[in-house]
Amino acid sequence: MHELVVISGKGGTGKTSIVASLAVLVDGAVLADCDVEAADLDLILTPTVQRRERFYSGHLAVIRGDSCLACGDCMEYCRFAAVHTNGADHGAAPYWIDPLACEGCGTCVRFCPVEAIDFADRYSGEWFVSDTRHGPLVHARLRTGEGNSGKLVATVRNEAKRIAAEQHRQVIIIDGPPGIGCPVIASLTGTSLALVVTEPTPSGQHDLERILDLTRHFDIPAAVCVNKWDLNPFMTEQIERRASEQSATVAGRVRYDSEVTSAQMQGRAMVEIECTAADDIRVLWRNLARIASTQGVRLERTSDAVGIA
Amino acid sequence: MKIAVTAQGVTPDSPVDPRFGRAATFVLFDTETSESHAVHNDQGVNASGGAGIQAAETVSRLGAELVITGHCGPKAFRALEAAGIKVVVGAAGTVTEAISRFTGGALQPASAADTDEHWS
Amino acid sequence: MRIAVASGKGGTGKTTVAVALAQVIAGRTRLLDCDVEAPNCHLFLRPNGVETETVGIPVPQVDAAKCTACGDCGQFCEFNAIVSFKTEPLLFPELCHGCGGCMKVCPEGAIREVDRPIGVIEHGDCGGVELVQGRLNVGEALAPPLVRAVKAYACANGVTIVDSPAGTSCTMIEAVRECDYVVMVTEPTPFGLRDLKLAVGAVRVLRIPFGVVVNRVGIGDGRVNEYCHSQNIPLLLEIADDRHIAEAYSRGETIIGAVPAMRSTFAQLFHRVESECHHA
Repeated sequence: MHELVVISGKGGTGKTSIVASLAVLVDGAVLADCDVEAADLDLILTPTVQRRERFYSGHLAVIRGDSCLACGDCMEYCRFAAVHTNGADHGAAPYWIDPLACEGCGTCVRFCPVEAIDFADRYSGEWFVSDTRHGPLVHARLRTGEGNSGKLVATVRNEAKRIAAEQHRQVIIIDGPPGIGCPVIASLTGTSLALVVTEPTPSGQHDLERILDLTRHFDIPAAVCVNKWDLNPFMTEQIERRASEQSATVAGRVRYDSEVTSAQMQGRAMVEIECTAADDIRVLWRNLARIASTQGVRLERTSDAVGIA
Repeated sequence: MKIAVTAQGVTPDSPVDPRFGRAATFVLFDTETSESHAVHNDQGVNASGGAGIQAAETVSRLGAELVITGHCGPKAFRALEAAGIKVVVGAAGTVTEAISRFTGGALQPASAADTDEHWS
Repeated sequence: MRIAVASGKGGTGKTTVAVALAQVIAGRTRLLDCDVEAPNCHLFLRPNGVETETVGIPVPQVDAAKCTACGDCGQFCEFNAIVSFKTEPLLFPELCHGCGGCMKVCPEGAIREVDRPIGVIEHGDCGGVELVQGRLNVGEALAPPLVRAVKAYACANGVTIVDSPAGTSCTMIEAVRECDYVVMVTEPTPFGLRDLKLAVGAVRVLRIPFGVVVNRVGIGDGRVNEYCHSQNIPLLLEIADDRHIAEAYSRGETIIGAVPAMRSTFAQLFHRVESECHHA
């Protein structure tokens, strides 16, 4: 069982659109949407949710208004400006804690002179296991203002691995989060191949280099694809050259194509309609399959392998 | 000596869990009495960061002197070292098989972490 | 006045709008780039005379002479940053959130705090715009403390524009909180609409007035406009899709640099935001 992760560094380069097309071309992979802050893969794959689970991470301090002495110690101890006073819309509590600011450190809980502060498990998000027309999809939604430590990403990946083992599916395709922080690291470690989707712009190049530092650090082979490449062919060549210098393989280029949005609006992947981007993605996929096979990963259609008892 | 083996189940014939910090369970085996029992690694599995450190605290509290696992990251290794617990990496197969390989001398304690910090 | 520029989805044009607003506001404006994982404003504004300051968070340091290895600090820490196996505490400063709790908990007063760098703030001059950007060290987990440090440079008088990170996590909340208005940038596509709704949810919890800028109008359909209308969300500006603008962006040119007529468009956007603020 192998994992292909699609990441970008910079947000908005076209990761999710490309993952949707790869899901169609590979057909029968397990799909993992690890962009837990703003998951969109389901808009193309229209899943039927089979299972939903709550995700808990850390704690939240909550003042019990009827026990509160209004001494103000909690406000003095809190380093995160989470404690507020005199909120008429917060019921009887003279002091209250803003859940968006509370880090869950427990200092106020520990030092409240009358133990008036509860320390509840923090409901941070939800994750789902769904069926789609091209394979099972594991996806998630982190609640507003929550820390994205990577733990929910790891939860989604672990479930995808469990399903792949259970259903004898050989490939997992991960729609990775943007950025270079902990959620990206959580989506990247232990994968067989990382496809980095970038754009021919200064921020595209800048963030690509930071992402390739990360893939090298974790020893993950990297392939690069410049999306909307014809907006700036000069920049595209520069990016591809830099990528090769950083030991990444150039896997393909996708043209700027207004049909991409039409596909999205129809809830279809690019390769499910006729358009130039679809042709470029098929070439990308064939190159990826070739690169993957050098890592011992088969990226061809796996639907034949599904359902073997 | 008490040995903690990371496992994917609760019996000695469960497969070894290759991870330490987020291992599903620890199977505790006492070499003197040949008895074993399993403990779920709830704290490690649920930790946001430093799962390896939590797991190290768990096995330390259980009185383990040695850990047998697949891989051990740098934070977990430091924590186990501070707790005076030796680590054996590279284990595979079932818990029972891994213990035999260790007692038979085929697996040795590691002198350092064998993997980068990671999440899963 | 503090105006945050935010977006649910990445790549919709947040930085483009933040930079343009900063450029058109008369007098000196400060632009705070709070997208600390990947600050991009400097790629378009090219600041001069950059001065750098380091930002850190307070992490524990144990005085071995006073420590009795009681283990209270390790028991207390929620983040596994300080651990005690009945030995002198082991520190994992990269996991520390800087809450100061372990120091307070220690019965022997054996813990003091030292500064651990997490990133830098870079101050630069870009003509009429002062750029203050936060840049998180690669591999750092905690961005909000750096965002807080950048936000401390908001102007007391005059206008501050805050370029926020995309998404709705704690880093975006930290950038947007305590601003007077949020300009939400989106694109007229299904992904754009989905992520806009998430970001609107976040800003509503913060109770900050906000409005929407729709960028690349023409590539999709009118569902974003319908959504704004049905939710009584002010539609502040629509920018037509223009390949010329996209190409200019790819060369590191600002939108006003590429299309000078946009100067008055963004001046009008600012006036609209000002009047929305007064009504709110």
